[in-house]
Amino acid sequence: MADMRVKQPKGVKLDHISKIYQDPKTGKDFYAVHDVALDIAPGSFVTLLGPSGCGKTTTLRMIAGFESPDEGEIYLGGEPINALTPNKRDTAMVFQSYALFPHYNVFDNVAYGLRLRHISKPEIQRRVTDILKLVELSGMEQRMTNQLSGGQQQRVALARALVVEPGVLLFDEPLSNLDAKLRVQMRTEIRRIQQTLGITAIYVTHDQSEAMSISDQIILMKGGVIAQMGTPMEIYYRPNSEFVADFIGECNFLKGCVASSGAGLTKVVLPEGEVSVATDSPREAGTECEIVLRPEAIAIAESGMLPCRVELSCFMGSYQNYHVRVGDTLVKITDNCPVNKKIFNVGDAAFISFDPSCAHLL
Amino acid sequence: MAKGQSASLDRKKLLGDPAMVTTIVLLITFLAIFILYPLAILLVDSVYSAESGLTFDFFKSIFGKRTFITAITNTLKVGILVGLLSAAIGLLFAYVEVYVKVRTRFMSGLFKVVSMLPVVSPPFVLSLSMIMLFGKAGIITRFLLHIYDNNVYGFWGIAVVQTMTFFPVCYMMFRGLLKNIDPSMEEAARDMGASRFRVFTSVTLPLLLPGIGNAFLVTFIESIADFANPMIIGGSYDTLATTIYLQITGAYDKNGACAMAVVLLGITMVMFLVQKYYLERKTAATLTGKASRARMLIEDRSVTVPLTVLCSVMALFVIMMYICVPFGALFKTWGYDFHLTTKWFVQVFRKYKGLKAFKDSFVLSLIAAPITALLSMIISYLVVKRKFKAKAFIEFVSMLAMAVPGTVLGIGYIRGFAGGMFRTGFLQNIYGTGVILVIVFVVRSLPTGTRSGISALRQIDKSIEESAYDMGAGSLKVFTSVTLPLIKDSFLSGLVTAFVRSITAISAIILLVTPSYLLITVQINEFAEKGSYGIACAFATILIAITYGSVLLMNLIIKFFGTSRKIKEAE
Repeated sequence: MADMRVKQPKGVKLDHISKIYQDPKTGKDFYAVHDVALDIAPGSFVTLLGPSGCGKTTTLRMIAGFESPDEGEIYLGGEPINALTPNKRDTAMVFQSYALFPHYNVFDNVAYGLRLRHISKPEIQRRVTDILKLVELSGMEQRMTNQLSGGQQQRVALARALVVEPGVLLFDEPLSNLDAKLRVQMRTEIRRIQQTLGITAIYVTHDQSEAMSISDQIILMKGGVIAQMGTPMEIYYRPNSEFVADFIGECNFLKGCVASSGAGLTKVVLPEGEVSVATDSPREAGTECEIVLRPEAIAIAESGMLPCRVELSCFMGSYQNYHVRVGDTLVKITDNCPVNKKIFNVGDAAFISFDPSCAHLL
Repeated sequence: MAKGQSASLDRKKLLGDPAMVTTIVLLITFLAIFILYPLAILLVDSVYSAESGLTFDFFKSIFGKRTFITAITNTLKVGILVGLLSAAIGLLFAYVEVYVKVRTRFMSGLFKVVSMLPVVSPPFVLSLSMIMLFGKAGIITRFLLHIYDNNVYGFWGIAVVQTMTFFPVCYMMFRGLLKNIDPSMEEAARDMGASRFRVFTSVTLPLLLPGIGNAFLVTFIESIADFANPMIIGGSYDTLATTIYLQITGAYDKNGACAMAVVLLGITMVMFLVQKYYLERKTAATLTGKASRARMLIEDRSVTVPLTVLCSVMALFVIMMYICVPFGALFKTWGYDFHLTTKWFVQVFRKYKGLKAFKDSFVLSLIAAPITALLSMIISYLVVKRKFKAKAFIEFVSMLAMAVPGTVLGIGYIRGFAGGMFRTGFLQNIYGTGVILVIVFVVRSLPTGTRSGISALRQIDKSIEESAYDMGAGSLKVFTSVTLPLIKDSFLSGLVTAFVRSITAISAIILLVTPSYLLITVQINEFAEKGSYGIACAFATILIAITYGSVLLMNLIIKFFGTSRKIKEAE
């Protein structure tokens, strides 16, 4: 296969865009997307993540051109594109329902965009063949789309969008119609292809594990605004709100009060004892705070920082799953590789402890 | 909070698409001149005349006539009964075709022919055969039952004939709807323990409910707008359409006719609006762009046998009605002298310029059909798939034409174009020519085509077109490369429906046709009125042959070039 890297991946800039819709019931206007500002670097994979109704799909459709923003400007590769129709924009979208043309076979589906660009027949033949190879559908050219499995239809949709070498590739929850196993397989595939081609990709999903595994950057949205953006690791370990922490994976929250703060370490007083948490900036002593702890960051032992009582103990194979009570707060613990460790039973008294750098303070 | 820049951006995007803008402007002009304007003129003429100025005297005078009040109640009674019967029979036929495994090829063929027959025939064919079978000289009444004074003219005559004429329309609508119901919903209900009947009442029927309302609406409006059947078989039972016709052709009372036309228009319009705005909210897309599975047909004998028998009986009755007409053209004197003869056909061609009538009808309809089909597909595409300001107007006016009875439209055209637009002489030169006849054909068939186009398009996942648009195709390209191929079957059948509707049209045409054009339908009406059933039957036979031929041709074309074939093959 020839070098298939995209010649010119484009950056996308959303300059404080908003979209106003009318509530069909009350007739009142509301912001579906509000003041979203983003700068997406060429060649990066960015995911818009959030619960349904958070404005992620609307944002994507504004980039594609199907919706027009009420405020702000969208730039593609540095050019403002607000007034361009979808067909004039250098974007290609993979739809949730795949949106394959049922009256065309696989080859014609993929070749559609190339034919619009008046590319010569042999060139179309070559590019379609190459791209079908990339998505592992070689030999399926003559199949009609309804003779394909869900995963194969998904690949055709992907190939059809990729083959036109768009400046940016848009995905609208492309995996939501697949079964779990296939979903995991396809997302790895999408990431592999994106990196092979070096293309800019914007991906919409409500599945946090999908977002984590696939993205360079995650933009977590809630109620039309950006809740937090960052790398998957930043979002996971340094959530800026309870909503973000809770949306991305399982999370424990311990309420406390700042005792002292300095040198990247903050001491927090809880009713059950005192603990240290790594912080970037010092906190004012005496303020209320919340410690964010991931279940796998907590160790359970016969001695430690905070006393607790075990309420659930469950062997899950690769880990032991505990629910323990610290004071009034329920804490979930994932104890990895439990084979040689002491297993605590329901009703046992124990202690939890954690590394200050694995905790995060809200 | 006010809407921001999105409106102006949407406008800019639209203007960046010249093909769209041109199409929209042309459409609006066409609809305004040929649908809105004639109706507006009617309204004006019903309350205004040059002599007396603004006045309600015309309304006062028509409502003072007992005959007019009777005509209104007559029309409504027939309309409601015909609407209910047609919807019920249409649903039965559609259900049997889509859901039931019909035992033999013969049976399934029979169903198709029978349900197609009435569509391809001009309305008076049934009226004629009704008279020939059940009238005073009717074969069944006179020779089988020995009833010598049976009166088929009147309420029951009209109701039976109209039901038989209109139920196929309902059948087509239901067939489309039923085919679009995802079988797995019914399987789910069945799986949870529902009986077949329960599945029908709890799943299929509720899903069909808007469609049933729709079918009733369409038939009701068709029925009260129907002109030809009440004309021939109504006898002294006058309906609004015939009363208006007589008012203008017999009494030459133009303002009175306008006032009556406004009343008829008012009734159809109210029904239309109520139904449209009630139904609109209930309509939902039930199909996505993804491939779906085929339905498991019902094989249970306790279901198939009764349904098959019921449909067969009706089928045989309808077939009998149609066979009657060609025979009527072959016997010397129906009911008295059953010697075979070709004299009626000879007379048609020698004495009554049959060839010219054939040619005029055929050519004008052939011109109108593609215009109608394309126009209705474009309108459906714009209405279903695109967002723009004038969309509501286009949708409303093109659907409005459905609520306009032919007679009303005919009078509107007379008043609106006889002296040119606004009596200024503009467009006067089209009056009395073939152009205005073609336009009337188009306007008359447009709503049907648009309706079927809209329902076909609603079933197509919006993202399929968005995807083409996103890939770089302009509006025109999206329409020709994706939309049209996906609704190709609907387009082809729209083409033939438009042709058939045009060649069998009479109500508006009869008011506008000039002696330079001989139309078959007008000839049939004329001879049937005179009681020359032999000649009327000969003309009708020719007409049936043309329309049936074109429908057969369409089915062949769909079979070999339709989208469904390509997709079906894959399954």
